[in-house]
Amino acid sequence: MSDNAYSPPSKRRKGLPFRIQIEPRLTEPPHWYPYAVSLGALIVALTLGGIMIALAGGDPLRSYTHIARASFGSLGVFSDTMVKATPLILVGLACTVAFSMRLWNIGAEGQLFMGAFGASAVVLIPLLPPETSRWIFIPVMMLAGFLAGAVWGFIPGFLKALYNVNEIISTLMMNYIAFAWINFFVFAVWSEGGFQMSPMFPKNAWLPRLADYAKESPVLAGLTTHMGLFLGLGAAVVVWFILYRSRWGYEIRLIGDNPQAANYAGINIKRNIILVMMFSGALAGLAGASEISGVVHRLQSSISPGYGFTGIIIAWLAKLNPFAVVLVSILFGALILAGREIQPSGIPKLIQGIILVCLIAGDFILRYRISVIHVAQES
Amino acid sequence: MPNLHQLVVEMRGITKRFPGVLANYNVDFDLRHGEIHTLLGENGAGKSTLMNVLAGLYQQDAGTMLVKGKSVNFSSPRDAIEAGIGMVHQHFMLVPSQTVTENILLGLDEPRFNLHLNDYDQIIAELGERFGLKVDPRAKIWQLSVGEQQRVELLKMLYRGADILILDEPTAVLAPQEIEEFFLTLRSMVVEGKSVIFISHKLHEVTEISDRVTVLRKGKVTAAGLEIKDITRQELAHQMVGREVVFRLEKNPQKPGKMVLEIRDVHAQNDKGLPAVQGVSLQVRSGEILGLAGVAGNGQRELAQVITGLRKCSQGEVLLNGEVISNRTARFSIRRGLAYVPEDRTHVGSSPNLSVTDNVIMKKYRTPPLARGWAIDMGIAKQFAQELKEAYDIAAPTVETPVRMLSGGNLQRVILAREISGEPAVMIAVQPTRGLDVGAIEGVHRLLLAQCQAGTAILLISEELEELRSLSNRIMVIYEGQIMGETQGDEMEKIGLMMTGTPLTQIEEQGTAEYV
Amino acid sequence: MDLIIILQAGVASGTVLLFATIGELFAERSGVLNLGVEGMMLIGAMSAFSVALATGNPWLGVLAAMLAAGLFSQIHAFIVITLQADQVVSGLALTFLGVGISLVLGEGLSKAGAVSLLPRLSIPLLSQIPLIGPVFFMNQSVLVYIGYLLTPLAAYYIYRTRPGMHLRALGEYPAAADAVGINVYRLRYFYVFVGGVLSGLAGATISLAVSPGWFSELTTAGQGWIAIGLVIFAQWDPFRAAFGAYAFGALRRLTLDIQGPTTLLGIANPFYYNPYWGFFLQMVPYAFTIIVLVIGSREAMRKRLGAPAALGTPYIRGERGV
Repeated sequence: MSDNAYSPPSKRRKGLPFRIQIEPRLTEPPHWYPYAVSLGALIVALTLGGIMIALAGGDPLRSYTHIARASFGSLGVFSDTMVKATPLILVGLACTVAFSMRLWNIGAEGQLFMGAFGASAVVLIPLLPPETSRWIFIPVMMLAGFLAGAVWGFIPGFLKALYNVNEIISTLMMNYIAFAWINFFVFAVWSEGGFQMSPMFPKNAWLPRLADYAKESPVLAGLTTHMGLFLGLGAAVVVWFILYRSRWGYEIRLIGDNPQAANYAGINIKRNIILVMMFSGALAGLAGASEISGVVHRLQSSISPGYGFTGIIIAWLAKLNPFAVVLVSILFGALILAGREIQPSGIPKLIQGIILVCLIAGDFILRYRISVIHVAQES
Repeated sequence: MPNLHQLVVEMRGITKRFPGVLANYNVDFDLRHGEIHTLLGENGAGKSTLMNVLAGLYQQDAGTMLVKGKSVNFSSPRDAIEAGIGMVHQHFMLVPSQTVTENILLGLDEPRFNLHLNDYDQIIAELGERFGLKVDPRAKIWQLSVGEQQRVELLKMLYRGADILILDEPTAVLAPQEIEEFFLTLRSMVVEGKSVIFISHKLHEVTEISDRVTVLRKGKVTAAGLEIKDITRQELAHQMVGREVVFRLEKNPQKPGKMVLEIRDVHAQNDKGLPAVQGVSLQVRSGEILGLAGVAGNGQRELAQVITGLRKCSQGEVLLNGEVISNRTARFSIRRGLAYVPEDRTHVGSSPNLSVTDNVIMKKYRTPPLARGWAIDMGIAKQFAQELKEAYDIAAPTVETPVRMLSGGNLQRVILAREISGEPAVMIAVQPTRGLDVGAIEGVHRLLLAQCQAGTAILLISEELEELRSLSNRIMVIYEGQIMGETQGDEMEKIGLMMTGTPLTQIEEQGTAEYV
Repeated sequence: MDLIIILQAGVASGTVLLFATIGELFAERSGVLNLGVEGMMLIGAMSAFSVALATGNPWLGVLAAMLAAGLFSQIHAFIVITLQADQVVSGLALTFLGVGISLVLGEGLSKAGAVSLLPRLSIPLLSQIPLIGPVFFMNQSVLVYIGYLLTPLAAYYIYRTRPGMHLRALGEYPAAADAVGINVYRLRYFYVFVGGVLSGLAGATISLAVSPGWFSELTTAGQGWIAIGLVIFAQWDPFRAAFGAYAFGALRRLTLDIQGPTTLLGIANPFYYNPYWGFFLQMVPYAFTIIVLVIGSREAMRKRLGAPAALGTPYIRGERGV
């Protein structure tokens, strides 16, 4: 049936010799279109952000050049940008996996915290003696973070699969519970001397950094990029392979697009809800473990400036493509790094919000074609 | 007294475009006072579009309209209603959780603010009496039968003082006996001074009820306002389709083989928890097509779901080649050679944003050669899709195109290609040609017959009696979840009676004459 | 008695949730899911505080909050109604945006000084009723009393008026409403606006009555999300929403205040500033929300009821329910 017109309340402008016509696209736009729209949204967002900076009394051009220089200006700051990008890649991937199945995992932040907790627990309980070789320590910590995140993702997944509990709210509530959980351990159980942090981890529990190899290559001196980055890059490859070349990924994408069809194809949706939430949580947990072991080196209540939420925007901006997630994460890493110095301090968050809004609005162009019609032509 | 020479509606030169489709082109249509004028055409010919323009839902791109002699330009349905035009759509526009009265009052300015429904219940009950449309004003829509819901739609229009009624495929949801009642109601409304536009694609109804007919084909008028007495069914069909219509396809000559699908005394509930299937038993043999006739909503959907494993049955079993497949997962039956062509192409049978390739491998992706361990070999998948595209003549730019871009007919080909390529032992096809144009319908029928000749047992569930008659070896009729009886297919009267709830045994005892 | 004061504060805190919940309830009844409640509340809280500070008049602050949040909600309305984008993502985006905007524009507000608060009053006869009186009718902010009125008014509007009937049709089967000439698009914009206005009011209630001041994101501390959960628990009914909101408010206050007193009901208070228990108490409201959601969802599943049928799907004229 061809009766699928979208007719918004008449857009006829009186007196003007043209009108705007909006109609659904009949053919698929070229492959690069979605990314062009993303880029366009980004540009519009930065422009709007610049306007808001100006309104709040700052200088947008100076702010933006400052951001660029402070994140890509030298090898040193670039390395710092990559450090910020590392957890973003993993959280971005976590959200990508979940969103591919239209599971709205807003709990990546909490899962990240629990991953940090898991990794810390290995050191602080302690599960392994401090003298353990780093070749054992680190993998165990990463595994612990992975599993802890998986458990934290399991709970909302289970609730959704069995009771159809809205995962947006349940994952969000789990965030707050995770924060309280961490606080409990930081302030009460593992507190060092009454301070609000745990003791520093032994060196064996630190993810190796590029700077550690400065003796062999002096150029690496002072570079803070740590092995977590490679974890992230590796994860991107794995996630891509899973989503686009494996049977499980096919099922995930089918469920995400049309659960009824997936049901009809004999796919067990409930089981996949739980598995995907666990996998998503695990990736976010890995981000937490990586941060704890590679950057912070101790358990404290502020581990993340909202990485988990930024991950949502990254996944959406990257159109759920794992490799694009890496690129976008670097961009956002730059924003976060340099944004620390911008006044007012809410600007990076604001820009993130504007980017997301522009992105969603921009998606409209992918589904509809806007054309300008000369009225004279019609009659 | 109808004044047959007064035109109440005149549409001149109506053109309406949608993206990629010219739905109406330069269409002229008029309606005389007190007549029943049928707008005839196959699916997609533009009939609903034209009437949606008249009813104010769409605005025409070109052309003019006169209602009762005055020039009109409707920008919303409200304007049309004020002009006295009321449309009853094919899919009812009723809010299921609200009562009859609330639905009838929806959108009106009275009552001003506070609802005092009791007074209105009374008024509506009286209105129903007057027009012979009896319905309980306090009932909620979801509690009503389809026929009763249709009465509510009519009352809705009559309450608003509509004297020009547009009815879009009103008989699609009625059994033959109910259709007779419906026609009587229409005639009584005409006597009260209403004028009726009747949209249909069913030729036999047109000749029975209309005074005049206008035929649309692919958006253009091919026969305008002809008196029914001046034209034959054959000519009308020709105008509808543009070529000689073969009223019957080559019958299936196959001799049925052994029993493949057996359904034993199955009982099942629908989504609301009410009994939908109440003791159905039947058998389908390899190489035969068993048709299951019945008006929609009599348990066919639930039955199909039980067979394919998408719904549990509370009693009874379904056996495929002797093995029980009921109350197992859908995957279980798929693996044993069950194919399913569902009613709802877009929402159940396919995944709109995924590519043709992705849709086509839905049943085979778990087994080699498509599956390689945990992975899917996309190279082989694409090749497979390409082969199917050529074999089934699927019109799509590439196999990577998302299927939402395909037309209804092509989407159905994709689904059939997928199901048939599994070399199924049994195929359940539910309304396989709904919404398709004649060319696509013929294509689907050929595919089904070919499959049947290859040895597949096919259960064809359909509302279209013509389709069942031309394809099936045997026809059974389902009514309120029970089988009324089985015939050989040419006994249309018996089938019609069974569709209204008379068991075959009763018909044979008492003869068909009583019920005409 | 300690308990009375806690319950009083609980009612006040519950009022915040009540406004936000009923606001979202209206939007969802019309078929639009707006997850941006947290963002709208923050904008409301910030606007209320800054305008009250600048003009010295808290009522202007309330008005500003309602207007600001209402206008802000229209961004979401435009994106999901006219552009027909996905409602879930748009709501999330709105939250981010709201947090961002209120942080930026609210910069420096926390140190800007104190603001005159909205008047508090006690209702003469009613406050004398034992138990209920002191809790509900004594020394409560004006906004709390407005909250008492809102619930029955909202219920009456939805169930017993003509526009309310149209509202219900919008969320259940918009095509039916459209076919009889109701402007689905325009009404949905309106109800999203109503949701925004009430969320703004909720925010103003926080910053000008319940927890006066501006504490950046912590001002709302996730209450916007709790409100969305409460709508599900309320099964889209205003009275159930009120019950949930006040119960929740009381719970929140309870977990905050229970650590204070040295004795509880005559025995030594086990929660008394206990460093361990404190954190678990923090979890309680959020864990409770999850439980509330489970209850609400199971009930919906059992009674085969649920959300307004058209919730979350954009209305496109021409798609006829197939």
